[in-house]
Amino acid sequence: MIENKKVHKFGMVIDLDKCTGCGACMVSCMSENNVPFKEDESNKKDSITWMRVYKLTNGKSFPETEIVYLPRPCQHCGGIGDHGHSPCVSVCPATATDYGYDTGIVSQIYTRCFGCRYCMGACPYHARYFNWWDPKWPEGMEKYLSPNVSPRMRGVVEKCSFCYHRYQLAREQAIVEDREIEEMEYQTACTTACPAGAIVFGDLNNPAHKVHQIVKPDPHPDPMNHKVVGKSRNPKVFRLLERLGTNPKVYYMSEREWVRKAGDNYLKGEWENVKTHHGASSSHG
Amino acid sequence: MDDALIPEGAKRCAFPIFMIGIIIVGAVLLWGVYAMFLCWFKGLNQTNMNDYYGFALWIWADLAVIAVGGGAFFTGLLKYIFKVDDLKNIINFAVIIGFICYSSALLILAIDIGQPLRGWFIFWHANVHSMLTEVAFCLSCYFAVLTIEFIPNILENRQVNKVPFFHHLAHNMHGVMAVFAATGAFLSFFHQGSLGGVAGVMFGRPFAYREGLLIWPWTFFLFTWSAAAFGPCFTLLVTKITEMITGKKLVGDKTVNLLAKISGWMITTYIIAKIIDTIYWAFVTAPSMGFKLGHFYSNNGFYGYWILITEVILCGVVPGLLLINKSTRENPATRTIAIILGVIGVCLNRWVMVLQIMAVPVLSFDTWALYIPSWQEVATTILPVAYGIILIAVAYRYLPVFPQELELNESADTAAQN
Ligand code: SF4
Ligand code: SF4
Repeated sequence: MIENKKVHKFGMVIDLDKCTGCGACMVSCMSENNVPFKEDESNKKDSITWMRVYKLTNGKSFPETEIVYLPRPCQHCGGIGDHGHSPCVSVCPATATDYGYDTGIVSQIYTRCFGCRYCMGACPYHARYFNWWDPKWPEGMEKYLSPNVSPRMRGVVEKCSFCYHRYQLAREQAIVEDREIEEMEYQTACTTACPAGAIVFGDLNNPAHKVHQIVKPDPHPDPMNHKVVGKSRNPKVFRLLERLGTNPKVYYMSEREWVRKAGDNYLKGEWENVKTHHGASSSHG
Repeated sequence: MDDALIPEGAKRCAFPIFMIGIIIVGAVLLWGVYAMFLCWFKGLNQTNMNDYYGFALWIWADLAVIAVGGGAFFTGLLKYIFKVDDLKNIINFAVIIGFICYSSALLILAIDIGQPLRGWFIFWHANVHSMLTEVAFCLSCYFAVLTIEFIPNILENRQVNKVPFFHHLAHNMHGVMAVFAATGAFLSFFHQGSLGGVAGVMFGRPFAYREGLLIWPWTFFLFTWSAAAFGPCFTLLVTKITEMITGKKLVGDKTVNLLAKISGWMITTYIIAKIIDTIYWAFVTAPSMGFKLGHFYSNNGFYGYWILITEVILCGVVPGLLLINKSTRENPATRTIAIILGVIGVCLNRWVMVLQIMAVPVLSFDTWALYIPSWQEVATTILPVAYGIILIAVAYRYLPVFPQELELNESADTAAQN
C-alpha cells in the first residue's frame, strides 16, 4: 500500500497573467460541489462562492490602467511554521475543520459544525461561507447534484475542499491497483475548467509535479520570518498575506510587480527590501 | 396581596404597581423572545450578519455582559477569600447580577449558533487548541457555581425559610461558600481570559492578534483584568439604579466607597497595562505584519481614532483617576460619572475586540465591511436586559438581597409612619 505511506502536500498555482476573469472556475466549482445559491444573489456578502474571483487594478488612470483578476479558493493554510494549525483549524471548538497531515488539505466536517462562525472570523481570506439559508434547488435541478458531495444544511460553514471527493476516488483506485496517484488523476474542478489554463494543481512535495516545478518551495523557513515556510523560490510567484504566517498552499504567479505587491501589506519602503530578498532567495533554487 | 412573601419589615410598593412594571418590561421581553424564535426557526438569515461580519451586535453584548458580570467573581473573591468583610452588604446583589449576566450570555450563545441543537458538540468533539472550547467549559461550570451561590439567597425568602430543611441548607451553604467563591474565581480567571484569547490568537487578523505568554496572548490577561476592574463598577451602577427606582438607600456608603476604591485601583493598573499593550501592538506587532496603526482607524465611516481614545482615555484613565482619588470617589456625582464611564469603557473594549476585527480589511485589495443590525438582532440583544430587570425586581421584592436595607431606611420609615 504505497499510497497510504506517502505524505502529499496538494497545492495550486494560479497564473494571474493568464486568467481572463471569465469565471469558469467559479461556475465549475459550484456545480461540482453542490454549492447552493440564493434566489437573489445581489448581496455578495452572504453568497456562497468557494472560488471567488477578485478584480484588482493598479489604480492608475488611462492609458496606464491595468486590471488583474485574482481567483481565490480556500488557501489550505498550513498555519504558523506550517505545523497544521491553520487560522481556522486551530480555533474551531468542535474540531469540525481539520488539517490533513497526509494531504495538506484543510477539511470541513459539515455534520460536526454547529455554526459558531469563529473560523470565519479567523480566516483573513474570507474563504469560509455560512449557510444562512436552507439550500433549495429549482425543481428538477436536484437531479444534477453530484452524488459524491453532500449538500450542506442551514447553519453550518462550508468552504473549498480542493475537490476532496476527487482525491478519494483517485486514491481508492490507486490503492486497489497498489500504486501511487498520478498527477492528472486528481485535479480540482476549477483547474480542469479553466479555459486559459491559468490554474495548475498537484503535489507540492512531488518534484515530478508541475506545481512543484513552478513554485520550487523553499525547504527552509524564511530567514526574515520564521513563521513562513514553503516560500517560493521563483521570483514571479507569491502567496496572499504570506507575512502573517498562514502558509497557504495556493500560490499566485505574475510578471507584473504591482500584482505581486498586492498580495500582501507592506509599510513604506518595505517592499523594496522584500523584493530584493525574494529575488535573492530564488537564485539558489 | 403578596405581603407574606416580602422580607420581614421591608417596605415594598403595592402589588398592582409592581405588576404594571413587570408587564411593561415583560412586553419588551416577549418581543425579544419572538425575535429569538425567528432566529431559531427561520435561521440566522433573520439578522444582517454576513460572511464578512460573522459576529454581530449580540456577540458583542455577550462579551460585554460577561465582562460586567465579572463583578460577581471579583467581589466573591474579595469577600470570601481575602475576607474583605464589608462587602457582605453587596455580595448577594453582585451574585444576582452575575447570575443574570451569565444566564444571558448562555442564552445569547444559544441564539447565536447556527445549529443550536448541536451546541453540545463543543463539549463532545472538543478541540483543546481552541480558546472557545475553554470558554464553553468554564462558562458552563461557572454558571453552575453562580447558581449555587444564588440558591441560599432564594432559600432565605420568608416563606421558604420557614421550612427547617431549607433554613439549614441555606445556613450550611453560606458556611461553605468560600469553596465556591474560590472555584468561581478560578473558573472566571480562565473564561474571562480565554474570551480575550478568542481574539488574540487570530494570527490571520492583525487587528486582533497579540503576542503573549506561552499559548496565551496578552489579551487573555487583559480581559480577566478588565472584568475584575470594571465588573464592580457595573455592580455599583446597577445598585445605584435600583436605589433610584426604589427611592431607598440599599447599600451603605462605606461599602460603596470601598468597592469603588478597589475598582479604581484595578482600573488604573489595567489601563496602564492596556496602554503598554496598545503601544507594543501598534509599534511592533502590527508593523511586523505590514500594517500601520492608521490602517485600522481610517478609510471608513465609523471606526476612527475616536474609539481608541474614548476607550482608553475617557473611559479608562478618567474613571480610574476619579475612583482612586478620595474626594472624587466619595462625592456621589463624580463617583457615578466614573462608574458609568467605566462600564462604557469595558463595553467599548469588547465591541472593538469583536466587531472592529471583522470590519478591518486584511487583504490589500479588500475594503471595510460595515454593518447595521436588523431589528431581530436588536430585540434579542435587549431581551437579556428585560429579563435582568424582571429578575432583579422579583429578587428585590421577595428576597433579603440587601442586609443593610432596614438599617439604612429605618429613620426615613419611622418618620413616614409618624
Ligand atoms: S484560507 Fe481560510 S478557510 Fe482556508 S485554510 Fe486558510 S484560514 Fe482556513
Ligand atoms: S462554525 Fe463550525 S467549523 Fe467554524 S469554528 Fe464553528 S463549529 Fe468550527
